[in-house]
Order: sequence, then structure tokens, then C-alpha cells
Amino acid sequence: MSEDLAPLIWQATRETLVMVGAAMAVTIPLGLLAGVLLLLTGPGQLLAQPVAHRLLGAVVNIGRSVPFIILLVAVIPVTRALVGTTIGTTAAIVPLAIATVPFFARIVEAALREVPGGLVEAALAAGARRREVVTKVLIPEALPALVAGVTITTIGVIGYSAMAGAVGGGGLGDVAIRYGYQRYETDVTLATVVVLVVLVQLLQLAGDRLARRLSHT
Amino acid sequence: MDRVSTIEIQGLRKVYPNGVVALDGVDLTVAAGEILGVIGRSGSGKSTLIRCVNRLEEPTAGTIRVGGEDVTHMRGAQLRATRRRIGMIFQQFNLLNSRTAAENVALPLEIAGVARAERRRRALELLELVGLRERAGSYPAQLSGGQKQRVGIARALASEPSVLLSDEATSALDSETTESVLDLLRRINAELGLTVLLITHEMDVVRRVCDSVALLDDGRVLERGPLGEVVARRGSRLAAGLLPTFGRVEVDGGVEVVLLGEDADERLAATGARVEARSTERIGGRLVTRALLVGGDTSVLEREEVHA
Repeated sequence: MSEDLAPLIWQATRETLVMVGAAMAVTIPLGLLAGVLLLLTGPGQLLAQPVAHRLLGAVVNIGRSVPFIILLVAVIPVTRALVGTTIGTTAAIVPLAIATVPFFARIVEAALREVPGGLVEAALAAGARRREVVTKVLIPEALPALVAGVTITTIGVIGYSAMAGAVGGGGLGDVAIRYGYQRYETDVTLATVVVLVVLVQLLQLAGDRLARRLSHT
Repeated sequence: MDRVSTIEIQGLRKVYPNGVVALDGVDLTVAAGEILGVIGRSGSGKSTLIRCVNRLEEPTAGTIRVGGEDVTHMRGAQLRATRRRIGMIFQQFNLLNSRTAAENVALPLEIAGVARAERRRRALELLELVGLRERAGSYPAQLSGGQKQRVGIARALASEPSVLLSDEATSALDSETTESVLDLLRRINAELGLTVLLITHEMDVVRRVCDSVALLDDGRVLERGPLGEVVARRGSRLAAGLLPTFGRVEVDGGVEVVLLGEDADERLAATGARVEARSTERIGGRLVTRALLVGGDTSVLEREEVHA
């Protein structure tokens, strides 16, 4: 078995990176949009809309309260409608994104909320539109926090992606279960763990660096 | 709207949703090119008042005119265009930390749709005006409080406003820095003919830069007038704060007098009184002499000049 270990782990790592990368590619824009709306529709905010705010909040909370392994199977019809298949790496991307968008949305909301209200007022006093308040004040000012949020979220998605094996998504988690656990091949489990640890460390390091570089405070 | 505009506030009321009456029928006019200071304690409603002028706060009733235009019910594009003609500076400066000084100054120009090269040129020009040309590339975190406020002033001037609102602009600064920022405000007012409405809780700020002053208390204007006139008013709370002070003097039967003009010395001498204490200062463009007299005949002075 051990001579096949390297290609097996390599293949699984690529699957994990594809799932996580694709899920984040969907999550970042959608979560940003949802997070901005969560904040701005809130009481006393620029788009104060109590009904829309509560509705969006409820959807986000429901998304966050369903355990991922259940979500994975529960959204199978949605997955089929969106990507035309319910098994494989591509199919796993849909539930990953569905689980991650609400999580990231809350992180975005919290990051934007930290931007002092006075900065928004200064822009409004200068004649800014609401859209400009978001693009020129809220997002740029919260950028270091948003980058930190992307790091946290990406690492969370790596964790979720370990369950993708349940829909034949492959990836490192799947390999660890099928080879390491079910066939007692401990070296496989160990190898996947090492790869995951390295992956997370690198990601955190890069995220911290970028956040620091973007911060001018 | 002309470059020089008046601000006319009539019957302004602001009641917050929680029932607090912040402004209870304020009438106030800032003449074109003048600096009017609204002084009041915290909670007097002065902050609400200034924020109503550019509609950061929605008035409950009354009207506000800037340069003759009624801004009270403006919405959308019209309101945004009007806001560009009203500069504002803030107590906490409110600079974007993610932008350099020059980029902060350029923000209103960006919003106004000015092209990049032109924005850059104007931002540097404005930084030059406030004496910070060499800090154009610095981020707010690298600037001192006084420098931040100068950038704030440059930003407020970027869209060539006809009116400047100053919301406790020097309250977060030490006294020396306050002085230089106030000098800058005065200079801008003189050079650009800008109409300035400023609010403050410090009489010193009023004394240093204002042409006129209004005292706001509990959402009402209790007193107002040009500085040089208010200062000589008997029994005035504003005068009490504006008059030059003399150290602690304990005299029985002393009479306090306030004289305006250059001939105070001769007129004090004419009373034949002993001058126990005196202090002279230029306030609102007039020489103000406050003196404590013992004995003599104060009836040779005007009745209004004898305060107590």
C-alpha cells in the first residue's frame, strides 16, 4: 500500500482544494452581499427594513443551525438542479457553499459593524450615495477584518469538506475514512492529517500577513 | 447657490422617537461670510442643530435654508448635490484609516465624479492650503490630532462649499493645537469668504474666531448677537463668559464697569474712582475694558456700562 500513498494523497489534496476553492469562490461574493444587507437593513441603518432584516436573519440562522452532514443530504435536490449531478466533487461544492455563505455573512456583518458611524456620516455629508458608503467606506475600512474572516471561513470549509465523502466528493477526509479507518491503514490517516495541518498553517499565515499589510491603523 | 451663502433656520424642532425634545423652536441666521458660534452645554441640542443643516438629522418641524434654498425636505440627488455645497468637520475628525491624507481629501471629489488626475491635483492643493502638503502620503494613524483635523478641513473644502459646518472641531485637541486650527478656520473664512456655523462648549473658541454667538440651552436660543455687542450686555450669560477676567479681587462696595472703545482710559479717569482692577482685550473686533471701581462718580458713564 505505502508505495501508492503519495499519488493517493496528492489526488485527495487536489480534490479538497477544488472543493474548498470553489465553495469560497461562491461564498465570498454571496456572503459579502448578504452581510452588507444584514447590516444595512438593521434598525437605524441606511436601508432600515425591519421585515427584510428579520427574514434574512432567519434564513441565515437556519443555514447555520443545520449540522453539515444533514445539510449535505438534505440539499441533494438543490444540488441536482444546480450542477446536474448529486455525486462527486462538483456535487459537494453546492452543500459546502450553502453551509458557508450564512457563516461568512455573519462574519462580514460583524466586521462592517466595527466601522465607526462617524466615517459613514462624513461620507454622507460629502454627498455620497448609499452604494458609495458601502464601496468607499464600509468595505475598505473593514478590509483587514474581512480578510481575517475569509481565513477563518476557509479553514472552516476545509473541516466541512472532510464530510464530502458522504456524497462521493472525495478529498482528504474521504481518503482518511475509507483507507485509514475502514481498512486500518493508519499511515494514510496520518498522512492526511499532516497535509491538513500544513494546509491550515499556511492559510493562517498567509491570511494574517495579508490582513496586517492591509491595516493602516 | 453662490459661493457665499447664508444659513437661515426658522422654528426648527427636533423630537427624537424616544420623546426627547432636542430642539424646541430654534430661529437662527448666519449671515453670508460670517462665523457664528453656537455655544451650549452637552445636551443643549447644539449637535442636533448643526446636523439638521446638512440633514444628517431629520428635522421634526421648521425650515432650514442654505443660500436661499430650502433644504428641509430635499431628497435623493438634490440632497446629495446640496450636501456637496456644505462642508463639515467633526470632533473625531472621521478620516478613513484605509486612505492616505491625499486620498481622504479626494473622497468628496470622487463622489462628485471628478477625474483621477484632477482629484490628485486638487487634493495636493488643499493640503498645501492647510499646511500639510508634505504629509500627503501619510495615513491618519501616522498623523497627530491637529494634523488629522487639518486634513478634515481640507476634505471639507474639497467640493468648494459655500458653507462650512464645524461640529466641536477642536474639542479633542490640546490648547495649542486648538489655537492653530482656529487660526486656520479664520484664515479660510477670510480668504474664501466661507460662511461658518460652528458649535462648541468652549467660550474661548467663540472669543477667538466668531463674529456672532448664540447661546443654546435646552433646545432654545436664549441669547444671540454679534460678539462686540453681546460682550457689553448687562446681566448676559454670554457676556459673563466672554469678558476679560481679572484675578481674584476682594473689594467691598466695588462697582464693575464695561467700556467699549479706545478711550476707556480717559473715561475711567473721568469718574475719579480708584481702579481696583482692570483688564482689556479685543473681542469681536472691539476693544473691551472691564474694570472694578471703588468710589468716584460712575454716573458720568452710560447706564449700560455699569454692570454691578
